[in-house]
Amino acid sequence: MKDVRSALMVAHTSDGRTVRRPLSPHLQVYTPQMTSILSIMNRVTGIAISAGTALLVWWLVAAASGPSAYATVQWFIGSPVGLFVLFGWTASLFFHFYNGIRHLAWDAGWGYELPKAYATGWIVVGATGVTTVLVWAVGVFLARGV
Amino acid sequence: MQEQININVRRSLLGRARGVGAAHSGVGHWRAERVTSIALVPLTLWFIFAMLQLVGAPHEAVVNWAGNPINTVLMLTLIVITFHHMQLGLQVVYEDYIPQKWALTLATLGTQGLCLLLGLLSSVAVLKLALS
Repeated sequence: MKDVRSALMVAHTSDGRTVRRPLSPHLQVYTPQMTSILSIMNRVTGIAISAGTALLVWWLVAAASGPSAYATVQWFIGSPVGLFVLFGWTASLFFHFYNGIRHLAWDAGWGYELPKAYATGWIVVGATGVTTVLVWAVGVFLARGV
Repeated sequence: MQEQININVRRSLLGRARGVGAAHSGVGHWRAERVTSIALVPLTLWFIFAMLQLVGAPHEAVVNWAGNPINTVLMLTLIVITFHHMQLGLQVVYEDYIPQKWALTLATLGTQGLCLLLGLLSSVAVLKLALS
């Protein structure tokens, strides 16, 4: 036994035999599936939203600091880089929002069947696309009116 | 055919079962992650509506918006719960991908500290906007 963890990965069968517990196969063994991709996306978007929250902190602190600091952050948000960050943040937020609700349904015991897991997955993808575009369409429309 | 192995483990079955898993703890963390996510569902929807109202808004409009007590309270609630949820979620990512104990502790405590500081910074900014 090379690793002490191997000693912990043992169990008893109902007839009393000592057996090695199964270990998860490595990630590269799996064929990518929609469900697994969405699962990874949930993490990736969570990390992306966390990083993007820096923009919200900056915006709030700038607004509290006064008109000139606020003008600077508004200029950044309106710049190509700022718009790109904000768009990525919006899309990530919507994905994590819808997939989070999907996770809460699973936690409540609903939707584990494969057809349901795929259907809710596509709903998450569709809803993310539609609401991201919708919110940006409204946002651009309102920005033109200002 | 099951592999036959024979290991003499000098620990009780209970001792081996306790503390197993990346978190080495009970359901508190898992539960807090879910509870904060439930709270964030309505708060996120409110936040998106609020931000759409402030697209391209001048500084006075942001001050007026933050001066509404409902906006102040909802924004503070959003900040507290967002940073709490963020810290809980990032900790799970670290536990999955950082094998060294010291690096895991450093990343977890560092993130907790950063979330605390940024959360307080945002909250003070909202309060300054609201109360000045």
